[in-house]
Amino acid sequence: MANFIDRRLNSKNKSTVNRQRFIKRYKSQIKKSVEQAINNRGVTDVDRGENITITKKDLSEPVFHQGKGGVKDRVHPGNDQFVAGDQIKRPPQQQGQGSGQGDASNSGEGDDDFVFSISKDEYLNLLFEDLELPNLEKNQLDKLIDYKTVRSGYCAEGVASNIDIVKSLQGSIARRIAMTSSKRKKLQELELELSLLVDDKLDHIQEIKNLKKEIEIINKKIAKVPFIDTFDLRFRNYTKQAVPTSKAVMFCLMDVSGSMDQATKDIAKRFYILLYLFLTRTYKTIDVVYIRHHTQAKEVDEQEFFYSQETGGTIASSALDLMAKIMDERYNENEWNIYAAQASDGDNWADDSPRCKKLLTENILPKSRYFSYIEITQRPHQTLWQQYKEVATTTDHFAMQHIKTVEDIYPVFRELFRKSKNKVA
Amino acid sequence: MTKRTPLDDQCDWNFDLLTQYQIEIERVAKHYRLDTYTNQIEVITTEQMMDAYASVGMPIGYTHWTFGKKFIQTEQNYKRGQMGLAYEIVINSDPCISYLMEENSMTMQALVMAHACYGHNSFFKGNYLFKSWTDASSIIDYLLFAKNYINECEQKFGISEVESCLDACHALMNHGVDRYKRPQKISLEEELKRQTDREEYLQSQVNTLWRTVPKGSKNIEDKKPSFPSEPQENILYFIEKNAPLLKPWQREIVRIVRKVSQYFYPQKQTQVMNEGWACFWHYTILTHLYDEGLVTEKFMLEFLHNHTNVVAQPDYNSPYYSGINPYALGFNMFIDIRRICEHPTEEDKLWFPEIAGSNWLDTLHFAMENFKDESFISQFLSPKLMRDFKLFYLHDDDKSSFIEVAAIHNESGYKKVRSALSEQYNLSNIEVNIQVVNADIDGDRSLTLKYTPHQSVPLADSKDEVIKHLYSLWQFDVKLVQENENGDDEVIARCPNVQQSSDREKAS
Repeated sequence: MANFIDRRLNSKNKSTVNRQRFIKRYKSQIKKSVEQAINNRGVTDVDRGENITITKKDLSEPVFHQGKGGVKDRVHPGNDQFVAGDQIKRPPQQQGQGSGQGDASNSGEGDDDFVFSISKDEYLNLLFEDLELPNLEKNQLDKLIDYKTVRSGYCAEGVASNIDIVKSLQGSIARRIAMTSSKRKKLQELELELSLLVDDKLDHIQEIKNLKKEIEIINKKIAKVPFIDTFDLRFRNYTKQAVPTSKAVMFCLMDVSGSMDQATKDIAKRFYILLYLFLTRTYKTIDVVYIRHHTQAKEVDEQEFFYSQETGGTIASSALDLMAKIMDERYNENEWNIYAAQASDGDNWADDSPRCKKLLTENILPKSRYFSYIEITQRPHQTLWQQYKEVATTTDHFAMQHIKTVEDIYPVFRELFRKSKNKVA
Repeated sequence: MTKRTPLDDQCDWNFDLLTQYQIEIERVAKHYRLDTYTNQIEVITTEQMMDAYASVGMPIGYTHWTFGKKFIQTEQNYKRGQMGLAYEIVINSDPCISYLMEENSMTMQALVMAHACYGHNSFFKGNYLFKSWTDASSIIDYLLFAKNYINECEQKFGISEVESCLDACHALMNHGVDRYKRPQKISLEEELKRQTDREEYLQSQVNTLWRTVPKGSKNIEDKKPSFPSEPQENILYFIEKNAPLLKPWQREIVRIVRKVSQYFYPQKQTQVMNEGWACFWHYTILTHLYDEGLVTEKFMLEFLHNHTNVVAQPDYNSPYYSGINPYALGFNMFIDIRRICEHPTEEDKLWFPEIAGSNWLDTLHFAMENFKDESFISQFLSPKLMRDFKLFYLHDDDKSSFIEVAAIHNESGYKKVRSALSEQYNLSNIEVNIQVVNADIDGDRSLTLKYTPHQSVPLADSKDEVIKHLYSLWQFDVKLVQENENGDDEVIARCPNVQQSSDREKAS
């Protein structure tokens, strides 16, 4: 006999756990691959899933097996030309099986890369693993953004699914007791009277009759009190409670002056896209302020920030000025964690650089949690870098990095937002 | 034979139709005396089939990354169209589980049922290797136990600990098989009952073992008895019983891997026979149904198309050639045995005096029950089949600059070709011969293994990696030696790798 079982509706992803184990195991190789992949991406599609390549060598599961050489006896089918004693020239030692030497089981050595796809989520997780905004403090009670629903007692109105049965029945009992107590008292008195009359030696037929009638009326009244009334119903009550959240704002300052050529701008944009993805993925409630500047700075939206073509000379302090102004207007440092990332090719009006330093140290750095500066250039550093360097030596929460080529973007990004080992409390 | 109304040969299958076909196939199978376990036929989707692939045929597999890797590989190959999925997977268990793929047509489902549910199934139940080495009724329970046990270990001791232990065991999996001793069959309850005792007992046993240092210098001149007293080929078993520092749960994991390896060992030894037997029966059963008029010509054409694809043997110079196709060889051998029994030629009478003209069904059952690939070929491969396959035998000695054609399919070559082909399926020639020869229990506790090459074929480079895995289990020095021309043992791999210079060091 045979039993047929339809398993098609069973869970199909039996191997998911194993797949995750596999990814975990080869994380380092996969990460390397991800890093390479990020550099090959166009500016706009950094966040797709990715095909990951790992060389087979790295995932070998070694077993003892026979190697090349020695004496090998093999039988093959389809003889079309040989007779016993023929000598055949040994084919060159390569892969392939031209002369029928393809004994696949014993020499499973190929150098094919092992390629597989990871999903967008898996990809981004790997991309931003172990990164965080430094010095973030959860200090704000922000009533607008983050709420937690908590139980808060009972109320008389609500939806049926929230009825609390125990409380409602308790209410019902209480109401019934309250509404019948005077009647019960009266009833007791009448019953006592009745029993006295019955026990009396004289006949009180009429009186007994009246009493009984009265008792009956009272009993009916008591029975009329409803078992449960809408008045008894109690509903579980929930309220929203504001929880402390970290309100953070990131200022993205990008130099779009004429000296920034297309390649440099592209690098800067890639950097900001990474930053943007990282922020939106890791921190749900974060403000981003985009500022582009040449000789004048301008607050722009995301679209314009990444795609606008406007250009001009360079005065870096204009951007810092604008940033300081926006901070004063909208982002009080007591309520907001303020971050900034500035990207530039380092070209600046020489007289302007000291002013940048002054703005930074006096107006911006005291109020912000972290300021990172990246310089994208292949030439020697100029005044801006030197001025900033001085800032960096005196301030902890100021970081600067130098990017030369596209390949540097991701490592630098990781360097800037690495999870600190001893976390600030 | 009376013609009957044929079964519906529509392309789409449904469960009613499956049952009708199954009943007919079973009736014919009984007619040919196929004795099977109860069949449990499960219909699954392609994705589930890939899952089944990934767990290398174990219906319940423990969690390990290697199965994830296999799954990803299968999925990639399948998605790119580089490979089709097998039509079926069948599991040696009681009841015998076979998977049918949802996408198959009705004809294919019938083929698969005849092939897996009656062919393979009866082979599992009848062949001596499966009978004596595997216990179909307990395997599912055991795998379930293994899965849960490993899961528990992961929770107790951490995933990475368990994983590295499994990695090491997998590297030595092929050396976790008893080739000659027959294990006792035990049920799951017994296994569970013993397992707790074993954990404690083994640990204490091992500790005392190391304490048995011979006293004093009295016997120092005598040659100390070496341990183990005889070389051990089952490396995993040796580790399980003797590794000094393994924790009880690690021993249990070694044991699980060993058991799984043992379970699959008969399958490795009977590839040609098993597939050949299954192909022979799907062919015979379905043609029998056709002769009875139960299946239509349309059905037969689709069936034969698939059948001939499966049993095709490309020639050595074909681009599709990748060795001898076990389906082709096995199928043709069984067909040939039937021919020898029913219509023997003079040649057959000379070569196979015992079976020529005998009852073919008896002979076939006898062959299925009592042989493995190696002995089956050396016993039953006929000159006619060697001619049909045009087999030739290449002798490739790396010392000479030519490959020699040692024999071909002619009168003087038949026996040579046959024995060479039989040797080709001899697992002890294919798998490397490595044995534990010494564990220095009185000294530095180092472990020595010896590689004995077959026809002076050297060990592949992966040996260094495997030795590292072995070291992680043994946790003291491990070295692998091989006898050189002078008869001395030369170290070919060791862990930890001291210095390159010491590679030349001679082991005692």
